[in-house]
Amino acid sequence: MRDTAEFIAPAPLLSVENLKVHFAIRAGVFQRQVGEVKAVDGVSFSIGASETLGLVGESGCGKSTTGLALMGLVRVTDGRIAMKGALDVTSMRNVPRSHRRRMQIIFQDPFSSLNPRQRVRDIIRAPLDVHRIGTMEERQAEVAKLISLVGLRSDQADNFPHQFSGGQRQRIGIARALALKPDIIICDEPVSALDVSVQAQILNLLADLQSELGLSYLFISHDLGVVEHISHQVAVMYLGKIVETGSKKAIFSKPLHPYSELLLRSAPSHDPHHRHQFSAVSDDIPSATRKPSGCAFHTRCPLATDICRQVEPQLETKADGQSVACHHR
Amino acid sequence: MEPALAVSNLNVEILGENGAFPVVSEMSFSVNPGQTICIVGESGCGKSMTALSLLRLLPESARVASGSIKIHGEEFLAMDQRKMEDFRGDKIAMIFQEPLTALNPVLTIGEQISESVRQHRNAGKREAFARAVKCLELVQMPDPERRARQYPHELSGGMRQRAMIALALACEPKIIIADEPTTALDVTVQAQILGLISDLQKRLGMAQILITHDLGVVAETADRVIVMYAGRRVEECSVYELFDNPLHPYTVGLMGAVPHRGEAAASPRRLADIPGTVPALWDLSKGCAFAPRCPGASSRCFEERPPFTEKKPGHFAACWEHDHA
Ligand SMILES: Nc1ncnc2c1ncn2[C@@H]1O[C@H](COP(=O)(O)OP(=O)(O)OP(=O)(O)O)[C@@H](O)[C@H]1O
Ligand SMILES: Nc1ncnc2c1ncn2[C@@H]1O[C@H](COP(=O)(O)OP(=O)(O)O)[C@@H](O)[C@H]1O
Ligand code: SF4
Ligand code: SF4
Ligand SMILES: [Mg+2]
Ligand SMILES: [Mg+2]
Repeated sequence: MRDTAEFIAPAPLLSVENLKVHFAIRAGVFQRQVGEVKAVDGVSFSIGASETLGLVGESGCGKSTTGLALMGLVRVTDGRIAMKGALDVTSMRNVPRSHRRRMQIIFQDPFSSLNPRQRVRDIIRAPLDVHRIGTMEERQAEVAKLISLVGLRSDQADNFPHQFSGGQRQRIGIARALALKPDIIICDEPVSALDVSVQAQILNLLADLQSELGLSYLFISHDLGVVEHISHQVAVMYLGKIVETGSKKAIFSKPLHPYSELLLRSAPSHDPHHRHQFSAVSDDIPSATRKPSGCAFHTRCPLATDICRQVEPQLETKADGQSVACHHR
Repeated sequence: MEPALAVSNLNVEILGENGAFPVVSEMSFSVNPGQTICIVGESGCGKSMTALSLLRLLPESARVASGSIKIHGEEFLAMDQRKMEDFRGDKIAMIFQEPLTALNPVLTIGEQISESVRQHRNAGKREAFARAVKCLELVQMPDPERRARQYPHELSGGMRQRAMIALALACEPKIIIADEPTTALDVTVQAQILGLISDLQKRLGMAQILITHDLGVVAETADRVIVMYAGRRVEECSVYELFDNPLHPYTVGLMGAVPHRGEAAASPRRLADIPGTVPALWDLSKGCAFAPRCPGASSRCFEERPPFTEKKPGHFAACWEHDHA
């Protein structure tokens, strides 16, 4: 186990610069474009080998869209995505297969992401078939290995997804993602739908796979406890932008951005002797479709001044590699 | 002090295709005015069925098989339809996880709250609407006058939750049942809603039954806690005892399984995982329902169900271990 505070990152495995994904809002019979949602609006981060970057933020801030953009599953509006030893790309649609294989994704709802009419062994084998890897026998052998790697029993290989519990389905999704031996897996809320006792099983499995296979994770979650547990680095996202990044230790012990502070203050403690005094006051929470000018957080920020309402702050690097986008920090 | 709500030996069953099977068994507890009891457990353990039975809102497919629910000493289960409806909203009310299930989509927020006020209080239309706006103020709804004239779909998730709480509290009930009231909300909004519920509870002196699967919410709100597993209580104690000295192996497992803020330090710790999954309620074995997953299970555990007994003053558990504790 390494100490993330003293860990010096080598050249990153994945780096994302100024990623933008804008969706058109269409209306009327002619589906004319009436507006735009800037779901992801200039996101930059990097992930090292065998490293987990936790991406946190509230519902609708653009976490999933970021993950989908990296996978080439939504159209990238702008930005640069680079993977070590591969071409730089702005649009993942024309990326060579050899590159696309290196990044895989697992989703929150393991059920809707698995074909209900396919047997587990076929689900897991599908990526190998698509990429024509090995002979049929070799593929079958690989599937058997994957099934045991993720902790399923070999006699379950012929079953269908509905015969499995939520946690087991998530294992199937993980096995499928591992089939192409990726370098990085995007985990989009992989344990949010699971009961806590099962959630722990999956988090442990992900940690084991990371140390055995040297995987990197982009771990998307709104659960600060889970993110603190699994991440080495953390990025905090607010309305399409990263507002703060840094080592887990830095973000959780000395957050700089007022939004990071608010998140940490809001998370329930697990200690009845030290309760929070939660304030019942409601604040004005904007959304991606009506994003405030300047710093998007200014409607909720206790430190906001005039400049915050007018000028958008940029990410600036502070001590210990922590970066923050705030005029007053 | 007379408890606001006293439940004893409540049994709820589901009428399945192959006959009835129990979903809640031998549930008993009481809540005093101003007190909060949390019921915690994993999905399917019977939390919502317990909550719905307390309001006599069970779905067609379920029924209370036996037991007693006393509200300020009066037997709720024996009341006729009319009296029961008088009690609902006036004496006992519910906050749901998904506000859209409780709010009527074709009425404005203000209309819904005034309707409830008029049902229980002798009030005119105007007076009731003014009361609705007051309720929205009470739940700190921003711009309450305007929001009262809006429909549920025009509000954000957090505001809808506030509107539903306003509806539940319109007649100042003495008992509030909240079933996962913040589970669907973002953490910053959850904090506001938990703050709000606790403020209101103090002001109105309500007894509260708060149902959650989140131990963090338990730590923040509970006075006493009931841990449920497979339809039964497995542990009950004060919130301090629960976090300081959990007795039941299932509770201990849950505590170790939840990653929580502030403890991961620099390097990730392995989480304690409880092997296996929650059993299906329709084919529970005869012994302790937790036995197949319990690290300390003995042969007796598979044969006989442990009784729910007081292991030390005020601390109850259903486990063959700890009998001497
Ligand atoms: N295909 C689409 N067309 C238009 N808008 C979209 C589309 N997909 C997402 N959005 C919008 O983009 C924003 C970001 O959505 P996204 O799903 O990335 O959020 P998220 O951070 O993953 O939220 P959650 O925590 O709820 O999963 C939201 O405002 C959403 O409504
Ligand atoms: N409307 C219903 N009809 C039949 N069975 C139900 C219904 N609602 C819930 N159940 C079953 O009752 C059990 C307890 O459910 P519930 O009380 O909703 O659990 P919890 O709230 O603890 O997650 C589960 O096995 C569930 O499948
Ligand atoms: S830039 Fe201004 S409004 Fe934005 S977070 Fe910093 S202080 Fe708050
Ligand atoms: S009764 Fe036995 S199986 Fe059940 S929790 Fe106690 S030790 Fe475990
Ligand atoms: Mg998402
Ligand atoms: Mg429920």
